[in-house]
Amino acid sequence: MADTIGLEVTRYSPERDVQPALQTFQVPLRKDWTVLDGLNYIKDKVDGSLSFRWSCRMGICGSCGMMVNGEPKLTCATFLSNYAPGPVRVEPLRYFPVIRDLVVAITDFMAKLQAVKPWIVRQQEKPLAEGEYLQTPQQMDLYKQFSMCINCMICYAACPVYGLDPLFTGPAALALAQRYNLDSRDQGAQERLTLLSRDEGIWGCTFVGECTKVCPKHVDPAGAIQQYKLTAAKEWFQSLLMPWATK
Amino acid sequence: MAKRPIEPFLWTLFSAGGVVAALLVPVHLFLQYLAFPLGWLRAPSYERALALAHHPLGRIYLFVLCSLPLFHWAHRFRYTLYDGLQIKHINELIDLFCYGGAVVGTALAGYLLLTMA
Amino acid sequence: MVSIAADAVGHEMKQAPAYSEFHPRWYRSRVSTYWWLGKWAHLKFILRELSSVFVAFFVVLTLLQIWAVRSGPEAYAEFQEWLRKPLVITLNVISFFFVLFHAITWFNVAPRAMAVRVGGKRVPDVVIAGSNYAAWVVVSAIVAWLLLGG
Repeated sequence: MADTIGLEVTRYSPERDVQPALQTFQVPLRKDWTVLDGLNYIKDKVDGSLSFRWSCRMGICGSCGMMVNGEPKLTCATFLSNYAPGPVRVEPLRYFPVIRDLVVAITDFMAKLQAVKPWIVRQQEKPLAEGEYLQTPQQMDLYKQFSMCINCMICYAACPVYGLDPLFTGPAALALAQRYNLDSRDQGAQERLTLLSRDEGIWGCTFVGECTKVCPKHVDPAGAIQQYKLTAAKEWFQSLLMPWATK
Repeated sequence: MAKRPIEPFLWTLFSAGGVVAALLVPVHLFLQYLAFPLGWLRAPSYERALALAHHPLGRIYLFVLCSLPLFHWAHRFRYTLYDGLQIKHINELIDLFCYGGAVVGTALAGYLLLTMA
Repeated sequence: MVSIAADAVGHEMKQAPAYSEFHPRWYRSRVSTYWWLGKWAHLKFILRELSSVFVAFFVVLTLLQIWAVRSGPEAYAEFQEWLRKPLVITLNVISFFFVLFHAITWFNVAPRAMAVRVGGKRVPDVVIAGSNYAAWVVVSAIVAWLLLGG
């Protein structure tokens, strides 16, 4: 194995640049180093002005999502040795506006996440005296896969519909909406449906399936969205044919 | 709901059409438009074809076979035009072309099958 | 992601902000019209979607065939003759492959949309897909029997 590998990193400084450009750095190629280690080496030893987000460095916080050779990945979980002899191209997460270097603006995702109400919605809160909500393992199993989302937005970088349509809610937000819809403690399914059934909320999804392929936590957002569509369709027919049955 | 959204209904038509297209169209296409014209298998006689198409069940079957896949095409093609060519700004025209086309095809199928002697 | 500018909490802004110390000039790139040529997965997706055009073509042919059948034996024979034209045969060969592509991608993907559960455990995707394929074979056999018999 060679000593070093080239990292081609996007640089963009809004004060100085009109558009981003790639800058190459040589970083040590160690067997156990990830792309994130390479970026931190650059920041520590070569160019302290390189900006990027990271935190846990173990694939659970969802901060370090970037494009590695055109594929959206968690840089803390992507090994440099897999790309030897390189160079490795590291770019900011696709379909998000770039603030600086590898840092993207995530306000759109945050707004959409908030809009789907990703929390337990109750018509009536259970008083403390009545104790906890009880849930069987089977009930938890219904939504568990969709609860694994770490909000890394890698699925957004893989979703062409999100890139093309600013109104589309996007994979992670929809998977999380479904996660709460399926939770036995939740009573907010109707509220979420009213929000999302309009226009491109869910229906913009054409089941490309890339989101599921790239998800580091195997959440299967594509599956969640199709199930959500099925629920919305059933609810539509039910409200049409049996309006008394819908709550 | 203030205004009932139409998308869930359109998606249902798309799904139903997709199932019909997946289950039935391959065998029909293969037999009717490849095997029979090319002589690999013997085409049904005119009398048999007429008997099959004339039968009430046959007419319903043919109506479903023609109508639902058209709505499947309409929905899918609409989104392909939106995303593939990025012409969503003329969405009203696209919607009219797609769903209008499906409605016209369905009406034609209905007319042809209902008024068969 | 085109030209809708958002403020810090994600609301749409009426005009793009000028660069200032407190709002940096974010860089937004436009998605190319040929985005679907960039990756094989995307191209496969667009081809899958375009298979619907060949499904529609099948319906058009079937409408013509119904018209031919109801118009009498001469029209039926003429239509059969027309179906033998090289251009039509070629189009139908291509259509057949696209229609197969649609069927296979549809059956493979259906289990994810349905999430069938039996007794609390999720039925594996391969079982759902398998039963779809089985239904396909059975239905095709019935249609073939009806068209070939007699």
